[in-house]
Amino acid sequence: MPDPITLTINGTQVSCAPGTLVIEAAKQNGIEIPAFCYYEGFSLQAACRMCLVEVEKMPKLQPGCTLPAAEGMVVHTESPKVVEARKSTLEFLLTNHPLDCPVCDKGGECELQDMVFRYGAGESRFTEIKHHVDEKQWSPAVYYDGSRCILCYRCVRVCDEGIGVTALGLSFRGVSAQIVPNRGDHLECDECGWCIDVCPVGALTSGTYRYQSRPWEMNHVGTVCTHCSDGCKTTLSVRNGQVLRANNRDRSGVNGEFLCVKGRFGFDFVHHKERLQSPLLRKNGQLQPVSWSEALSAVAAKFSEVKARNGQFGVIGSTRTTNEENYLLQKFVREGLGSKNIDHHRTGDVVTLLDALKGRTGALATVNDLYTAKAALVLGADLSQQHPLLAYQLRANSRHHRSATYLVTPGPVREEQFATKALRSNPGEELNLLPQLSDDLKQHASLTVLYNAAIKGDAVRQLVAFCDSLGIEVKYLPLVDYSNSRGALDMGLLPDLAPGYQPLRNPGLNAAQILSSPDLDVLWVVGANPLKSASLAGEKAFVVVQDLFLTETAQRADVVFPAASAYEKSGTVTNTTGEVQRLKHGPKVMGTKSDLDIIALLARQLNIDLGPTTPDRIFEQIRKTVHGYNVALPVVATGGAAPTTPVNGGVPVAVNPSLISPSGDTLFTSGTLGRYSKMLAKVMEAPGQLFKA
Amino acid sequence: MTFSPELEARFAKMIGNYPPGRQKGALIPMLLYAQDEVGSMTPDLIQEVSRRLKVTPLEIEEVIGYYTMLAREPRGKHHIQVCTNVSCQARGGEELFAHACSRLGLHNKEKSADGQFSIEEVECMGACSWAPAIQVNYDFYYDMTPEKFDKLIDSLRQMQ
Repeated sequence: MPDPITLTINGTQVSCAPGTLVIEAAKQNGIEIPAFCYYEGFSLQAACRMCLVEVEKMPKLQPGCTLPAAEGMVVHTESPKVVEARKSTLEFLLTNHPLDCPVCDKGGECELQDMVFRYGAGESRFTEIKHHVDEKQWSPAVYYDGSRCILCYRCVRVCDEGIGVTALGLSFRGVSAQIVPNRGDHLECDECGWCIDVCPVGALTSGTYRYQSRPWEMNHVGTVCTHCSDGCKTTLSVRNGQVLRANNRDRSGVNGEFLCVKGRFGFDFVHHKERLQSPLLRKNGQLQPVSWSEALSAVAAKFSEVKARNGQFGVIGSTRTTNEENYLLQKFVREGLGSKNIDHHRTGDVVTLLDALKGRTGALATVNDLYTAKAALVLGADLSQQHPLLAYQLRANSRHHRSATYLVTPGPVREEQFATKALRSNPGEELNLLPQLSDDLKQHASLTVLYNAAIKGDAVRQLVAFCDSLGIEVKYLPLVDYSNSRGALDMGLLPDLAPGYQPLRNPGLNAAQILSSPDLDVLWVVGANPLKSASLAGEKAFVVVQDLFLTETAQRADVVFPAASAYEKSGTVTNTTGEVQRLKHGPKVMGTKSDLDIIALLARQLNIDLGPTTPDRIFEQIRKTVHGYNVALPVVATGGAAPTTPVNGGVPVAVNPSLISPSGDTLFTSGTLGRYSKMLAKVMEAPGQLFKA
Repeated sequence: MTFSPELEARFAKMIGNYPPGRQKGALIPMLLYAQDEVGSMTPDLIQEVSRRLKVTPLEIEEVIGYYTMLAREPRGKHHIQVCTNVSCQARGGEELFAHACSRLGLHNKEKSADGQFSIEEVECMGACSWAPAIQVNYDFYYDMTPEKFDKLIDSLRQMQ
């Protein structure tokens, strides 16, 4: 690292790395230089003039956002001259600003409002009539009020540089200048809504949140998005038990501020009117609402009866429930019911990878590694559609660090915009093309390899062998699809592996075998919908389902328990990179219980002792017993992401590739949950479609 | 969309003037020349230029929105631009513009029913030394007065 330079800001000597901008040098030392257009991580604009600072020996005020700090520089950020300049800048910004703060969504968290308040620019010399333009709706999610806009270009830059969509531009000039969408009067984009978040004023407002609330009336709950497996932290703003908004302005979590349309707008399934709010019991062929005690007794009676005669249980766990719930479920099934028939919908081959990497440490990539890696190789996956955070990380890495990206995908993907080399291959044949890339890959000191469900079983071993032959440091990222797919694997929702990938001597039935077993006595489905794409062979099977909605599987059930969604419960989830994060309950939906509570209540009804059943106590147990989960508790407790280290000895089980199938979700679908999100259904107009595998 | 062979040749030459990857630089001249042939910035034209220069249609929209020289709708055969910026204003530019409007029976940015004339109030065109100045299509007319303007209109009408 080069020697730091020393400069003086407001009379204090500070040091920073050479090349640091004055605004950043000040920030690193706790001094705020206000700015509207400057946005960390994006290109410089110098459009707003708010960050002007006085630099001794420079004749004029200088924009702190573009001025690199220099040795011996003496900067004043709040001198009378600077304050006067900022006041004037605000006066100009307000010439056409409607000052409709009382009805503006941004009121209370508006940067312009804050600055006017701070610098007391309450009076204006302008008496002319304000230039007004009517508000426009660009999409179900995005509204634009040109009169409020201060033309800082933040929205344009996050869309261009951050997401690579380039859906926003600036047209017209002078007083008429306005942000314009890419399709004339409407937007055709990812509908991620990041432009709304970064808007320093209320020019861009959200279709879900506008006119709903004031920011100070809501509780802001940092939890983890439940839609895909990237594990983005999303902060739910909750008022009276209802989620009104989701964003992540505090940049906590692995994703910083990034969220896709699902993270920002896809929370409304929580309050869908078809949410189950009472247990259902089949009486005379019809599912009828009953009390919890009646439903629990019915299930307990059946479970005891089947257990007593050594009947056949089949349990299908969830890819969206917490680690604690998954852990308790497998414990209940294995210890309480004495069954081994437990599985879940697998969406990626992690098991073979762990076996192929036996004896190595540090061979699994984290989300942050994608931002720092020198090179990345993407196999099979359309990241922008299926793993938007990972796509964002690679894009940011390429933009900030000029990292190399190599793609082998079945169809056109957005990452080709910045890829070093992009090859096309049929799904499952990606490895055949790798020799073409080996000379390129060898040039890099380190490489991160991402692969999706197209590469499974022996192909994973071939991939590892190929990467070993490169002679460089390689980290792997096995992609899985659902929010806790990885946790389901780690917690042993598998017929042949106990938590922590401990092999079991006599494996039970897998999901396909459970569904096709004619002798099945009980099918217990926790937060999954296997009967959407398969049929149940066991006609006499007693079916118990825990879910949010009356899914295809729940319709076949004998008892349905109304489950709480991930946003309504506490616990931990593990994302596709194996990082554990904590869920915090935000809203509450009447009549539902978390899957953990449902499992615990059933255990109590059956007199099965599973030990303590609060999320914290179970996580403690997981930390002690599940290999790789002995993570730093403070990191998780404070909302951080703690990487797990599951690689140990081999995992001597044969993975059946046919059991691994991708979710097929795109940026705008999210399995069952997506169907019940009105906003996701409305915005289905964006470009880029997942290629048909 | 196809252009005349002359225009195609011009485009080919222009594109070659820029280093590889910087073809975007030809955007404004390309739009101006194309406008002379096509008449206005039609959606087809935007698509075509977008394809040739590998810029997004939105970027072209931004440029069209910014520059008043690029028109959304076809203009009159004689597009009269009257400067009312500082120098011209000081020498009677605003009165000249008012006279021109009433003489042609048009408001700012309107086109006559027969398609012969359109009028536009413009900012400085760099002819301050001979203010007030007007521009008709690509031709400048200096030291204008209402009388000289009327004569000019008469002569333009006779050109038909």
